[in-house]
Amino acid sequence: MPKLIKDGALIENNWRLIDKETGIDSLGSIDNKQLIVPVKLWLENKELLSQYKDTIGIWFDSDENPALLDDDANNFPIIALNFPSFRDGRSYSHAAILRQQQNFKGDMRAIGDVRRDQVSYMLSCGFSSFLIPDDMDATVLLTGFHDFSENYQSTVTKPTPLFRRR
Amino acid sequence: MYIYDNYDHQMLEERISQFRDQTQRYLAGDLSEEQFLPLRLQNGLYIQRMAPMLRIAVPYGLLSSTQLRKLASITRDYDKGYAHLSTRQNIQYNWPQLEQLPDLLAELAEVSMHAIQTSGNCIRNTTTDQFAGSALNEIEDSRPWCEIIRQWSTFHPEFAYLPRKFKIAVCGTEVDQAATQVHDIGLYLLKNEQGEIGFKVLVGGGLGRTPLIGKVICEYLPWQHLLTYLDAIMRVYNLEGRRDNKYKARIKILVKSLGIDVFREKVEAQWEFGKDSQATLTQAEVDRCKSFFSTPAFEQLPNEDEATNTALQSDLLFKHWVDRNVDLHKQSGYCIVTLCLKDTGAAPGDITDRQMEFVADLAERYSFSELRVTHEQNLTLADVRTKDLYEIYKACKTESLATPYLGLLNDIVCCPGGDFCSLANAKSIPIAEAIQRRFDNFDRLNEIGDITLNISGCMNACGHHHVGNIGIIGVDKKGAEFYQVALGGDAGREARLAKIIGPSFAQEEIPDVIEKIIQIYLDERQNDEKFIDTYQRLGMAPFKESIYAKAD
Repeated sequence: MPKLIKDGALIENNWRLIDKETGIDSLGSIDNKQLIVPVKLWLENKELLSQYKDTIGIWFDSDENPALLDDDANNFPIIALNFPSFRDGRSYSHAAILRQQQNFKGDMRAIGDVRRDQVSYMLSCGFSSFLIPDDMDATVLLTGFHDFSENYQSTVTKPTPLFRRR
Repeated sequence: MYIYDNYDHQMLEERISQFRDQTQRYLAGDLSEEQFLPLRLQNGLYIQRMAPMLRIAVPYGLLSSTQLRKLASITRDYDKGYAHLSTRQNIQYNWPQLEQLPDLLAELAEVSMHAIQTSGNCIRNTTTDQFAGSALNEIEDSRPWCEIIRQWSTFHPEFAYLPRKFKIAVCGTEVDQAATQVHDIGLYLLKNEQGEIGFKVLVGGGLGRTPLIGKVICEYLPWQHLLTYLDAIMRVYNLEGRRDNKYKARIKILVKSLGIDVFREKVEAQWEFGKDSQATLTQAEVDRCKSFFSTPAFEQLPNEDEATNTALQSDLLFKHWVDRNVDLHKQSGYCIVTLCLKDTGAAPGDITDRQMEFVADLAERYSFSELRVTHEQNLTLADVRTKDLYEIYKACKTESLATPYLGLLNDIVCCPGGDFCSLANAKSIPIAEAIQRRFDNFDRLNEIGDITLNISGCMNACGHHHVGNIGIIGVDKKGAEFYQVALGGDAGREARLAKIIGPSFAQEEIPDVIEKIIQIYLDERQNDEKFIDTYQRLGMAPFKESIYAKAD
């Protein structure tokens, strides 16, 4: 299982990420498994998957819009957003929208091309956990948490902008 | 000008150590070329033909004498003794060594300067009119608003990996010298009927491969909502701007394909959530930013100065310079002086270390220790006593800085072109020089009068050729450098895009082509018509006919 950083610590990852190619039949028994399924799979098997409320998470690619969950976002314990490349910045906005507009309270996980040099911006946009790519040293990613001690802007984690505090 | 406090200094230091670490990991092989690329770009570092190019941010073009002296010493110690003023009011070094960069950046930080977000797919340096705060009939000083936008856009966590670069201009003066309408977002300061400040917001302007004038997305945005509205625009662009083709990735393409009305609906839907949030600007913050741009300690002076008037009568060259390079100031007894960096033989916008130190001294002595880089690649001293004009002029003559060409044909706006830039199709500096040599006579230039001539070495349009009255663009024609000529562009409040006249020309033909264009204008103009007015009245036909006429 790939390594995981959650709430600033390296922890064991119990959630299995299901790729887009996997069909519902090849998942096998869902009982007692924690799965993060692609949004398409969830939409196609809503009825079945809804029974496993606390053990099914959902993930969105950068061109898939989490706004389609509307107020249902909080029905999921975890929502993962993919960075197909670290240069694709859409998941930053999706993350901020999920937190600010859909009021998502659960674990928001950055998956895909997650790198040390972007992680501080991801944190500010509301990501709470980071799935570490196989080629990456987890401790290196952790050093990126503290690149900046302050933000000028209103962010998800610090909604009061600096100008209201300085 | 804005003075960094502990927060600003701390964030800048954190950024410097972040980039130092990134550079070390890149050199150690821990970061791939591809991973390092956007990081170095967002720290201002390009790889060019000969060497790296470092672009230093000059926030809205404003510099102190201290900063300019530091730039001069860097020019001497890390470069070859000259730097280049860009069309976005920034300063570029063409010859820094990669291994010396951390030291160079540390020196810059000593004077609160950096190269952050001067490149890459992020929000770039906000630009404005160089007369801000001093112009006659100013609607509102744009500088505090630029500073508010600078802080909002710096290290914005959500918008560091946009589909493409993003440029914002703000204009609060009656005459727009900031090319506001050809920016991704253009903001015109205005007052409503109650006298309250707000912004007319334009979106989707830009030059480059697909030149477009920005469309009005909001006629009047109350100032309190500036940042939440900008956030909403950026969010729609970040999510919906094209990422499959970098030539279609700017916001102008999105606005054009959706249409401004649909785009506006999307922005307003986003804004619903952010509006009135804590990101809403406060009077206290606006007052704080305005306090850095308060009126200087002007003396009470009569508008006319007797000694200056005498000098104007006795020294004709001084009179020429004043007529062209000096503008009216809102304060009696003061004026705005622009030093034209377009001396024939030097690349337009280039400045030597010695000239920088000279101008820093001038600003300190005569203009409250401040100066501005203009988007036309000149330097403005914005608060000069009229009685000091003659002294300033005489001093400038000794440093080749008294060229009386401001706003004339030889005041050419020009990108570095194929001599330096790895993107260019063709050279641009030698074209500028050839034109300047052809027209190097003040009486003739003055007879031609107000005109803008812009040269870009490729369709990326750093020389803003689309908005020059005359625009020249380098094109590649089967491996040879050729030039297209366009007419009728205008970067001001009545922004217009220039139209290509016809087939391209070889480099050596260009001065003749310009000569023919000018001759048609001189033959056809009525009364005091400027070149652009004659062109608007006549259209392209007579110019085209003259240029492409076959010899009998």
